[in-house]
Amino acid sequence: MRNPLSKTITTIEPSGIRKFFDIVSEMENAISLGVGEPDFDTPWHIRDEGIYSLEKGRTFYTSNAGLKELKIEISKFLDRRYGLKYDYNKELFVTVGGSEAIDVAMRTMLDPGDEVLIPQPSYVSYLPCCVLANGTPVIIELKAEDDFRLTPEELEAAITPRTKLLVLPFPNNPTGAVMERKDLEGIAEVIEKHDLFVLSDEIYSELTYLENHVSIASLPGMKERTIVINGFSKSHAMTGWRLGYACGPEIIIKQMLKIHQFAIMCAPTTSQYAAVEALRNGDEDVSLMREEYNGRRRYVLKRFQEMGLSCFEPFGAFYAFPCIKEFGMTSEEFANQLLQSKKVAVVPGTAFGDSGEGFIRISYAYSLDDLKVALGRVEEFVTELREKR
Amino acid sequence: MREKILTFIEKNSRIDLKELAVILGVDETAVMNELESMEREGIICGYHTLINWDKAGVEKVTALIEVRVTPQRGMGFDKVAERIYNYPEVNSVYLISGGFDLMVTLEGKTLREISQFVTDKLSTLDQVLSTKTNFILKKYKDHGTIMAAKSKDERIMMA
Repeated sequence: MRNPLSKTITTIEPSGIRKFFDIVSEMENAISLGVGEPDFDTPWHIRDEGIYSLEKGRTFYTSNAGLKELKIEISKFLDRRYGLKYDYNKELFVTVGGSEAIDVAMRTMLDPGDEVLIPQPSYVSYLPCCVLANGTPVIIELKAEDDFRLTPEELEAAITPRTKLLVLPFPNNPTGAVMERKDLEGIAEVIEKHDLFVLSDEIYSELTYLENHVSIASLPGMKERTIVINGFSKSHAMTGWRLGYACGPEIIIKQMLKIHQFAIMCAPTTSQYAAVEALRNGDEDVSLMREEYNGRRRYVLKRFQEMGLSCFEPFGAFYAFPCIKEFGMTSEEFANQLLQSKKVAVVPGTAFGDSGEGFIRISYAYSLDDLKVALGRVEEFVTELREKR
Repeated sequence: MREKILTFIEKNSRIDLKELAVILGVDETAVMNELESMEREGIICGYHTLINWDKAGVEKVTALIEVRVTPQRGMGFDKVAERIYNYPEVNSVYLISGGFDLMVTLEGKTLREISQFVTDKLSTLDQVLSTKTNFILKKYKDHGTIMAAKSKDERIMMA
């Protein structure tokens, strides 16, 4: 029989996180700090609206770009929260989670050989999506000493004549790093100078703890060069609803819609109705959850400080990214041993790129009680490691 | 800061002071001082435990009693409310707008105990015009807490 597989797909590695989860789920009394989604249920009034839409028999396709009401609400939301102005009719459409938007944007914008700059550590799908779109990924390794922010110098150094697109994943998974306005201004200057485009994944934009999130698309001259990706998963605790959106210049959105139309048709109708409610009456829920995450964030950082683990202060998402280099083992060894000896699951930094070596990702999307128990075990673990050495 | 402290301890009064200070991002002594003064000022009136008595296997009957009363000159409803709330078996007394005046909640061991209180003590007060007793059959949610068993964490590690 002939090989049924394409050369491209066989070069792509599966995500490294799942194998940890499989061990954890087999283990009794294991506690996880590994999950990358909110621990809150979707607020009831939002779920109720989804149920109501089903009761009313709204079970048909919506238009490809999404419900008009939803697109209008998204456009209003982006304006009131980040000062972004998008025409709901021409400059945005609703996707199946932010993930679809990443894939479709890459496929719309890349020709074979085009280089895509991907800062790492970062979410696991940028690189495979780029490869599947025939692009050439070029990794920029972010550094702990810069608080894992992207600097204009690092960006400049990675640019070649083939560079077309920069992925900008902030607030960042797994590090929790944010880019403030001043940081983005430096980046924007380089982008304009080299005539590049930006894929700004802002899925964690509602979860920032220093100041309000700033979108690079809100800087002068950047809207024309940026695709903004966002969604409901993290802000409104709606991961399972699979709902996101992409915004950008009409010339790009129009072409993205073609792929969306032929591959997906439309985002789930029930989810779209629920999302209208989320944007109309959900701001208070978001700020309550943000406040709760922020309390846990402070608690987690304090515990790291007490156990002498160095960790820069993350101002976004719901992750901390402490350094474990002092123990002289790889991230994966550390995570494995922690799981075997203390039954606590964390994700090795290397799951998010080679530059995550020497770090682990801790999620604080867990109740305070769970965090207490789990961090207590982490503390025992590092104390024992230090005694052994 | 007061509102933040109150919002937090309303749901979790057993939290360690040190932890509370860390979570709120403020100084521990400041939290302690605020708590003390709010207790003194009567803003914090007590620390209680929310118990699911059904699960504990202890028989308890709770009744919500709607009471219509005649307000008294110069004292409105306060005087009669006081006469009612001084009974230790009375859990709460609220002045209510609408079809009746006072909502009294009462906890007892048996139906009989409660009906005795209503007939002997409450109805016989001069100012009480009428009472209507509603017994609670099942508590689904109390003090913002859902009584049903907590669901387990079904999230999986994706990314």
